[in-house]
Amino acid sequence: MSSIFQAVGAATSLSSSASFDTKKFQFSSSRSLLGKRASCVVVRCSGAKMDGGLNQIGGRADHLVTNAVATKADTPAASTASKPGHELLLFEALREGLEEEMERDARVCVMGEDVGHYGGSYKVTKGLAPKYGDLRVLDTPIAENSFTGMGIGAAMMGLRPIIEGMNMGFLLLAFNQISNNCGMLHYTSGGQFKIPVVIRGPGGVGRQLGAEHSQRLESYFQSIPGIQMVACSTPYNAKGLMKAAIRSDNPVILFEHVLLYNLKERIPDEEYVLNLEEAEMVRPGEHVTILTYSRMRYHVMQAAKTLVNKGYDPEVIDIRSLKPFDLHTIGNSIKKTHRVLIVEECMRTGGIGASLTAAITENFHDYLDAPIICLSSQDVPTPYAGTLEEWTVVQPPQIVAAVEQLCR
Amino acid sequence: MGLARAIQPLPLPPLADSRPKPTATASSLFLGSTRTLRPSNTFARTHTRTRSISSAQRRSAVAANVSDVKLKPATNLLLTKEEALEVYEDMILGRVFEDMCAQMYYRGKMFGFVHLYNGQEAVSSGFIKLLKKEDSVVSTYRDHVHALSKGVPARAVMSELFGKTTGCCRGQGGSMHMFSSEYNVLGGFAFIGEGIPVATGAAFTSKYKREVLKEADCDHVTLAFFGDGTANNGQFFECLNMAALWKLPIIFVVENNLWAIGMSHLRATSDPEIWKKGPAFGMPGVHVDGMDVLKVREVAQEAIGRARRGEGPTLVECETYRFRGHSLADPDELRDPGDEKARYAARDPITQFKKHLIESKLANEAELKAIEKKIEEVVEEAVEFADASPAPSRSQLLENVFADPRGFGIGPDGRYRCEDPKFTEGTAQV
Repeated sequence: MSSIFQAVGAATSLSSSASFDTKKFQFSSSRSLLGKRASCVVVRCSGAKMDGGLNQIGGRADHLVTNAVATKADTPAASTASKPGHELLLFEALREGLEEEMERDARVCVMGEDVGHYGGSYKVTKGLAPKYGDLRVLDTPIAENSFTGMGIGAAMMGLRPIIEGMNMGFLLLAFNQISNNCGMLHYTSGGQFKIPVVIRGPGGVGRQLGAEHSQRLESYFQSIPGIQMVACSTPYNAKGLMKAAIRSDNPVILFEHVLLYNLKERIPDEEYVLNLEEAEMVRPGEHVTILTYSRMRYHVMQAAKTLVNKGYDPEVIDIRSLKPFDLHTIGNSIKKTHRVLIVEECMRTGGIGASLTAAITENFHDYLDAPIICLSSQDVPTPYAGTLEEWTVVQPPQIVAAVEQLCR
Repeated sequence: MGLARAIQPLPLPPLADSRPKPTATASSLFLGSTRTLRPSNTFARTHTRTRSISSAQRRSAVAANVSDVKLKPATNLLLTKEEALEVYEDMILGRVFEDMCAQMYYRGKMFGFVHLYNGQEAVSSGFIKLLKKEDSVVSTYRDHVHALSKGVPARAVMSELFGKTTGCCRGQGGSMHMFSSEYNVLGGFAFIGEGIPVATGAAFTSKYKREVLKEADCDHVTLAFFGDGTANNGQFFECLNMAALWKLPIIFVVENNLWAIGMSHLRATSDPEIWKKGPAFGMPGVHVDGMDVLKVREVAQEAIGRARRGEGPTLVECETYRFRGHSLADPDELRDPGDEKARYAARDPITQFKKHLIESKLANEAELKAIEKKIEEVVEEAVEFADASPAPSRSQLLENVFADPRGFGIGPDGRYRCEDPKFTEGTAQV
């Protein structure tokens, strides 16, 4: 399991910057707008509550969404003592969300390779098999297509399985089941069967894992009708999205990143569930909208530090929902800044960035002062050599250069 | 809540021992089968000895217990008159329905790929008529008759074929995707092999309900039907492994009709005896004459009984034949009409069973004719119903893509797209 140790090495540098950055770029209260998800309690990293208990990410003035996955109501004594929450790593946050949902609903089960006795190759399911038994946390043989199909069949008959791909790339073997059955069965059955599965696993470019273990499957899956795709990037949204995905009646693919599992953050003690379809405002700004997700969020934030020093004010949005796109948050941002930079880890051709570029051009063309710039990984199989691998993905200096070009 | 102990796989025999693994139970007789799992030598001796005694005993015991008119067995299968007529009616329904499909196709009422089941009725009726409503059936693209046998009304299936909104899948599935949540028909799959994992999942749910959710009386079994071509597919083997490993209540039914479109089974398979692949994974493999509904029923009874008792899966290979081409678009040039086709046509399962019923005095000509007439009326009514039904309107296009329509996302105006009235009309952009 050398990849885990490499990830630890890589992520520790990221974790410190992550917690620092999110502390730094909180909402100022003047920006906060009344609105959505009043029932969702959100506590940012520093622990301070905002706005008397009403929180949102990305202000939306008009519309109070009664979140179907509503959590506890706003705590009344919000103004005084702020709950400190508890600190944990991203993989622990995933596990916490998973465990809470398994506790809540006996039909929630996990299946995948080494999820049970081994505790998961990235320890997301550690401790669950001794607690819930070998049938609820099922160690499968190495047969991705078949156990994914098995999860789908189980979902049709009332269970709510979480199918883990040990590495997202392995799910290429399950493409038949994911495309034909997961995505399409609800439709071809005329709505008779629902497929409330969650397909999750680590993907993305790691630390010299080689081409096949460094794939970004979100670009391959995005055309499949009937599925939703979300990507988590912080312990906070990892837990929230995991819970939301499990509770959703739609099939959801949750993309985790190999290098982000050891990010540390303080998350609320209270139960919370995030919205699967919404994007996350990471840093409000005025000059340019930077859209990103997963690991690239941290490259963007690193670049943002440089940009701020150079006098730019970037607005950073973690799109989180890869399918469907949250065009409201994105649109509001574009209407404000008129410049868009997309930073993604997918390859240039046919990635999430390509789709997002098209969606923005279709919907917000009039608001753009400059052509959209999309920074993606090179169209190459990820090389093993560290130097080559570094040049495959987008690095912060490239992001800085792109913003400077956009704002010229 | 969870299990206290881990599920252990069956212990392997010592390496020097090259005999096939014995099954978990000695009592699976599979009397109707033409070939059964050969257990180990010592096992076989006791087994065959007791077997010859017990079958005679069983026959006499059975004769003493039952009061209805029953079939004097050429096999040991007990069948009441009601059951016999039910099976006959089901087979006639399958045949008449499929013939009507062919007619309707050539008249331009249905399109695309339509795969007919003529000749294989014994397998569907033999197996499915033994199931409860809560048991599940998973099929392939040759699924009309499986759906009918399971109880889906003929008019719902015909409407689906016509692409009307009253079809069992609202016209959205078509010939190859017959689903019914009411009758637990889990499809209807266009790619071969992709239904087998789904069936395995349904069987897994049955076990999960019993062991995790503590629904103690949940003994639902799943039947997975597929063909000889599928038996060379990876998903088949992967699921045989998992089903045997976890002792799932599933029966894998191979409808070996010797042809995968134009590919002869013998040209595609290194060892054409598919039943042999069961023991390789630790489950019984049974071969049965799929043109004889009684033999199929007998094997099915044993296999379903095994599954219900928690003894695990069974692989059943039914030797059968399709009288028509692979689909209505198939010119069917490779199969020799003079030899193979003629031989199997002489073994038509319906003709055979009819002869049996009359000879054993279980039914007379008039009763059978009445059934045939009734079915013809049912099928004609189904066609009329389908003809009269409306085609789906535009607003149906985007329905059922998601169980939770919020999955279409949030539009630029901040509302969920599914809240947009133009969305339901089908005129909104997605």
